[in-house]
Amino acid sequence: MKQATLDALLNARAEKRAVALVTELASADEALVFADGRVEGDLAPTAEIVEQARNALRHNRSTSVVVGERRYFIHAFNPPLRLVIVGAVHIAQPLVQMARVLGYDISLVDPRGAFATADRFPGVRLLDDWPDDALNSLGIDARTAVVTLTHDPKLDDPALLVALRSDAFYIGALGSKRTHASRRERLSEQGMTEQEIARIRAPIGLPLGGRAPAEIALAILAQMTATLHGSELA
Amino acid sequence: MAENAVAGFEEADEILRQAAEWRAAGRGVALATVVSTWGSSPRATGSQLVVDDTGAFRGSVSGGCIEGAVVLEALEVIKEGKPRLLDFGVTDEQAWGVGLACGGKVEVFVEPVA
Repeated sequence: MKQATLDALLNARAEKRAVALVTELASADEALVFADGRVEGDLAPTAEIVEQARNALRHNRSTSVVVGERRYFIHAFNPPLRLVIVGAVHIAQPLVQMARVLGYDISLVDPRGAFATADRFPGVRLLDDWPDDALNSLGIDARTAVVTLTHDPKLDDPALLVALRSDAFYIGALGSKRTHASRRERLSEQGMTEQEIARIRAPIGLPLGGRAPAEIALAILAQMTATLHGSELA
Repeated sequence: MAENAVAGFEEADEILRQAAEWRAAGRGVALATVVSTWGSSPRATGSQLVVDDTGAFRGSVSGGCIEGAVVLEALEVIKEGKPRLLDFGVTDEQAWGVGLACGGKVEVFVEPVA
């Protein structure tokens, strides 16, 4: 790897931009391919390889490919998965701790100042905007999970409406079956279809049986992980 | 250790940053990357190991079975300035005298960082 490539790669990582490194394995010639198809480097990859590199980013899967006589390694460097939590409630505390170990980049949204404090959530990105504004400004993409925990329709619903119109890979809402039934009605009145609403995992989490906040956090993260990898448990 | 257990981003960044640090300190550096795996190999494609010209290394390309051999190859790569593609597997007894106890196979690309 050339020093210039290493520098550009580290730079893209620092800016949390998705980038694929394409290396021709005989010569070690290389190029960086960005998600928008922009190419940087000495290697001039064919359109086919650029497309494969973008695919590798989309599926977050590094792979080696053979084109003609040459073999290339496509190394997908995606920014970390993101978790947006709405509601700085008790369950959010173990959820933040565990999600951190899993490598998530975490944002915690709660407009109620008493809840989302740096004391209760040290080192977490806290947003005190209204949840729909917060989610819109964060930009929810296919590598983002959204979890609502407030139980309060005023806060949860606006977040869910934004999440349902996004590519979020996971949308979960805390609350009982009965709570979710009335939530469905409200979202349907807001114009969401049955099919769209069905994306919400509620009651949230895999049915592990635990009721302690940490156990619920574990159930949520287990379901997120299963969904991410397309496991049958999801 | 906790950071090493985190799959993906943090680990990849650590290794790349280490490569840049060693380069900045004027050391020879090689980067080893798992480019393909078969069977039950312990580390995913894309896992990396960075090596300096004293043999110090960081990261992993297996569960510890082949790191020693990869480091030795990496020292050669630093000296020669040319990349190598290495094959490790249970069927590959004579190559470096090391194999994967797990029964998997792994291909490791080693290149100079220069």
